[in-house]
Formats: sequence, structure tokens, C-alpha cells
Amino acid sequence: MSWLVPLPVVVPLICAGLALTQARRPRVQAVISLAALSVVLTVAVVLLFQADAGPLVVNVGGWAAPVGIALVVDRLAALMLVVSSIVLLGVLAYSVGQRASDVESSDDEQTPVSVFHPTYLVLAAGVANAFVSGDLFNIYVAFEIVLGASFVLITLGATSDRIRAGTIYVIVSLLSSVLFLIAIALIYAATGTLNLAQLGQRLPELPEGTQLALQVMLLLGFAIKAAIFPLSAWLPDSYPTAPAPVTAVFAGLLTKVGVYAIIRTQTLLFPNGALDDVLLVIALLTMVVGILGAVAQDDLKRLLSFTLVSHIGYMIFGIAVASQVGMAATIFYVAHHITVQTALFLVTGLIEQRGGTTSLAKLGGLAKLAPALAIIFFIPAMNLAGIPPLSGFLGKVGLLQAGIDLGTPLGYAVVVAGLATSLLTLYAIIKAWNKAFWQTAPSELPKVRTPRSMFGPAAALVVASCAITFLAGPMYRYADDAATDLRARSPYIDAVLVDGVRGDGESAEAVPTDDATTTAPEPGGEDE
Amino acid sequence: MIVSDNAPSMVLVVVMGALIATGVYLLLERSLTRVLIGVALIGNGVNLLILVAGGAAGAPPLIGSSDEPMSDPLPQALVLTAIVITLGFTAFILAMAYRSWQLHGHDEVQDDVEDRRIARRAEQGELDTRSDEATANAALEAAQVRDETEDVPDATSREGHR
Repeated sequence: MSWLVPLPVVVPLICAGLALTQARRPRVQAVISLAALSVVLTVAVVLLFQADAGPLVVNVGGWAAPVGIALVVDRLAALMLVVSSIVLLGVLAYSVGQRASDVESSDDEQTPVSVFHPTYLVLAAGVANAFVSGDLFNIYVAFEIVLGASFVLITLGATSDRIRAGTIYVIVSLLSSVLFLIAIALIYAATGTLNLAQLGQRLPELPEGTQLALQVMLLLGFAIKAAIFPLSAWLPDSYPTAPAPVTAVFAGLLTKVGVYAIIRTQTLLFPNGALDDVLLVIALLTMVVGILGAVAQDDLKRLLSFTLVSHIGYMIFGIAVASQVGMAATIFYVAHHITVQTALFLVTGLIEQRGGTTSLAKLGGLAKLAPALAIIFFIPAMNLAGIPPLSGFLGKVGLLQAGIDLGTPLGYAVVVAGLATSLLTLYAIIKAWNKAFWQTAPSELPKVRTPRSMFGPAAALVVASCAITFLAGPMYRYADDAATDLRARSPYIDAVLVDGVRGDGESAEAVPTDDATTTAPEPGGEDE
Repeated sequence: MIVSDNAPSMVLVVVMGALIATGVYLLLERSLTRVLIGVALIGNGVNLLILVAGGAAGAPPLIGSSDEPMSDPLPQALVLTAIVITLGFTAFILAMAYRSWQLHGHDEVQDDVEDRRIARRAEQGELDTRSDEATANAALEAAQVRDETEDVPDATSREGHR
């Protein structure tokens, strides 16, 4: 069944081309994109069960692993694929509903519909590619695909606001790409390979100082993408100005792609944990600074963007602890956070639709006006704050447990910061709830109805985020197994390099000399 | 002077350093056009770095065989991909700079306006009051505030481009 592995990348890319040819028929475009992402979701679910038996590997073009590009789906990648395709599909349905209901907002009026669907599909392909690729340069290409698509989406319509915010996003993203590319060049210079499995064998043989330098370079590139303090200032500025569905998918997925890359490289390439203490401090700062930012905001979208930054800190915390418990909790928390954050941003889009604004100074009385909206805001909001019995609580318990197991003063400090962050999240969210839903509005809100076609997908995503709570048992077991694989490293390396040196493929018979290597760059790897 | 078999040319290293240093300097500018040139320079510098990472130059790879050492073809493939990507993004940033000039009459990369507004309100101690007329003015402020770049001589001319 390993032929399924490339499909999450190939299907959206082909359908993006198809959608582009149907630029004048938005309905056909919508059908194409919905079909493409449904296929991806189905494939991802099948892969989830397949990967439970062991990592699936495809050597692209039949070139054996260290020479060609390997695509690998192990438990972690499969789980990420499933969660991301659920979220992508939900957000797509929401945006289709938004267009179908013909929203008359001054911003969206001039939005070119025709580019949205193709770009969105390219984004989906890029995200999937980042999850499945087993080659460092291919991850770079995947990031660039995601970036190219996100540049177009964040400046959709090219209004004054979006151009201003988009400029910052574009420059910061390009900077992180450059850092990543420099890291790739240095790693190639040091080891002569870019295949993740082979890097896992060769990097630990390097002198410690060299390893540390390479690790720092990689982390810098990924940390900008994942919005880790102090490299997070770009996020709350640039995300909120984009259209609601775009903000939702960016907030849910793009930062998590960075987190995924950090998990992958930290466990597979740098298992000695030289930077774990530094990461702990960074996790602490990210949590605290992020949430303090959120408390000060009076715009709901910006408030949520700051909580996003703050909660990335939890994931970094788990990665830094690097124990079995910590890694499992991190993987679970990433899955939880993707769905919850996306659901919250979609609901915020509905609030904007209903109340005409997301400014907490102007909203009010929504609990009476739109009780259903209040419910689907309240549930993910409580989930984000980590109120038991919801999944956010389960993930945080795992992380705090891992921190206490660490037993060092720094570990306890981060645990305390984590608890404080959780409380402050509750404070910020309740403040928003009070202002938007309970207090009377300073001036009467416009009388508009939330279209059912938008409400449905948003509610479905809220249900999906709650489903994680009910499926927490099996999911935690899966995350735990994934963490075991990640920490052992050998399942991944052995699956890619079948006989310890090469993967199976055409060049397996060739004499394995170091210099006579050839490679075929990924055909779908070009942008724009 | 020590010459190792696998050492890359010194010229490449020096040029790379110069390109990246100049690029970083330009990246710190306010004007998007200069930032764009900076990105392009850094991109080329990094491409050279990848070439350097491939080791010493040799006979052309992949075409037949040679008794001499052949150069490593992988960095060349990487550089090709990187060039294509940089090209695409350069075009995008150019379009964005032009759009910014169309809308605002300048292409300055601005600070976070909302952030400044919140800081100002916190100073005045009115963060928790509900009535604020400033919210709506963030967009207005974004259009007016300039952080560093100079004023355009005739501000009226940009009205024609809207």
C-alpha cells in the first residue's frame, strides 16, 4: 500500500491545475477542491492505520534512498496528515459556504475568487509534502510551496491593510527560508547527504561543536516558522488581517508545520539533546510573553493570535523534555491544538459576520442574539484554556507530568509557567467572552443572520475538536507509539535504508561510492 | 599556503561573504524595494554557499566518464531549484512593492500599528474602558504613519493611482 504515500501531495497539486483551468466557474472549482481534499483525507486515514504496522517508504522515481528522494510516512507523519486534512477540508467547506452566501463585506467584494481554490490546494499539497518528505531539501521545497501559496492567500484582494501586514509576513518568511537553506548547505558540507535517515546515522559522528552549530541553524529557521519567542513578533501582526478562513488555516497549520519539523529534526538528527535546557527556557518565555500579549489585546483575532504564540510554547516544552511522556504529550497536544485553534478562528469569522467587527470594544450581547454562536465559541475556548475533561486538559497534564518527572529546578519553573499560562489563557478568553457575549453592546449590532453554510463547517470543526476528547484513549496510545518510534530512531532509519546503506530502488545494485551520486530533483517542486 | 584536495575556491567564499553581508544590510532597510534587492543578494550568496559545500570543482558530472575527479552534481541541482524559487518570490515582492506604492504612495515596511495603539492606550491607563474611538483609526493611522522613509514630494499625485 505504499503507493498511497505520494497521493496527499500529488492529488491537490493536479487538482490545483484543474481548478485553475475552471477559473470562471467558481462552483466547479469548489467541487474540484472539495473532492481533492476528501480524497486526501481518505488516503490519510488509510495511511494512519497502515503506518501503525511500521513506516511506509516510497523512493521517488525508483531511485534508492540516499541518492533519490524518499517519502516516508511513519506514525507521527500519518497522524499529522489526518489532522491537517480534516482541518483543511473544514476550512474549505467554510469558505465555499462564505462565497455561496454571497457575503457583502467591503473587503471580500473585490477578492478574486478564481485564485483562491488553486492556491488553497497548493497550500494543502505543500503542507502534506512537509509531513511526508524524508529529505531535508525536499522539506525546504515543501516550505517554499506552502510559503508561495500563503503569500497569495494573505494578500488576497491586495487591500491596503493586507498589503501592509503581508509585507512583514513575506519578509520574515523569506528570512527563515534563507536561514534554513544556509543550514542545509552547511549540513551537506559536513555530511555529504541530505537524506534524513542517513543524516541520522552520520550527524552523531561529527564533532560536538559542529553538531551544535548545525542544530542552532536549523532551529533558527524553524523557530521563525513556528513563531517561537523571540522570533514570534511577526505573527500577531500579519495573521489577523487576512480573510477569516485563511487566518484559521494559517493559525492551525502553518506554525505546526514548523513544530513538526522541529520534532523531526530534534529526535532524528540531534538525539543527544545538547540544546534541551535552552529550549526549556525558550518554551517558558514563549508561553509567558505570548499570553501576556493576549491579555492586553482588545481585538478578538489578535487575542487569539497571541494565544497561538503562547501555546506553541507548550509544544516546545514537550520537545525540550524529550522523555517518552513529554514527546507523546507533545504529539497529542499538536493534534489537539491544530483543530481547536482553527475552530476558534472560524467561529471568530462568524462573530465578525454577525457583529460586523471583531473589536471587543464594540461587540456585546451576542449570547442573547446568537446563542448557537455562543455555544460553538465557548466549547473550543474552554478547550484552549485546558478545562477538564476536554482534550486541552489531557495534553497539558501529560506535558506537566513530563516536566515534573524531569525533576530539575528549570523543569519545575516551566511547569509553573505552564500552569500560569493556562490560567492566563482562561482569563483572556473569559474577558473576551464577557465583552463579546455577556455585556450589552455599546451600540446596537447590525441585524444580519449567520448563513447556515458557514455555520455548519465551523460547528463541524468544533465537533471534531471535541471528538479528540472522546478518542483521547486511542489517540494517546497512538501518540505514545509514535513517540517510542521517534525516540528509538531505528524504525525510521531502517525503513528508509533497508540494508543499512541504501533503500530499495534502481540504484540499489550500483556500487556504493560516495562521489558518484546522482539525484533527480522533485518534479513538482517549483513554485508560483 | 595549504591546498587541500577538496578545498573550494577562495574566490567563491569571499564573494559569498560580500553578497550576504550586503544583502543583510539591505534587508534592514525600510523600503521594500531595497529589501527585495537584499533578498536577491542573500539568495545568490547562499547559492554560492551550496556550491562551496559541494567541494572542489572537477570534470563535468553526469556526462560520460572521466579519469579526473568529477564535481558533485547534487549542489548544482539544489542551486537550480533555489534559483527558481527565488525568482518566483522576487516577482511576488516586486508586485507587492508596486501595489504598496499604488495604495500609499510609498513602499515602506511599517511597524505593527495596532501594537503601538495598545501601548499608547496602556500608558494612558484606559485599556479596560470600553469606549474608544481609536479602534477605527488604526487603518487611518496605517495609511498616514511613516516610520523612516522620506516623504514623496507631491502627495497629491498618488491619489490618481487609486
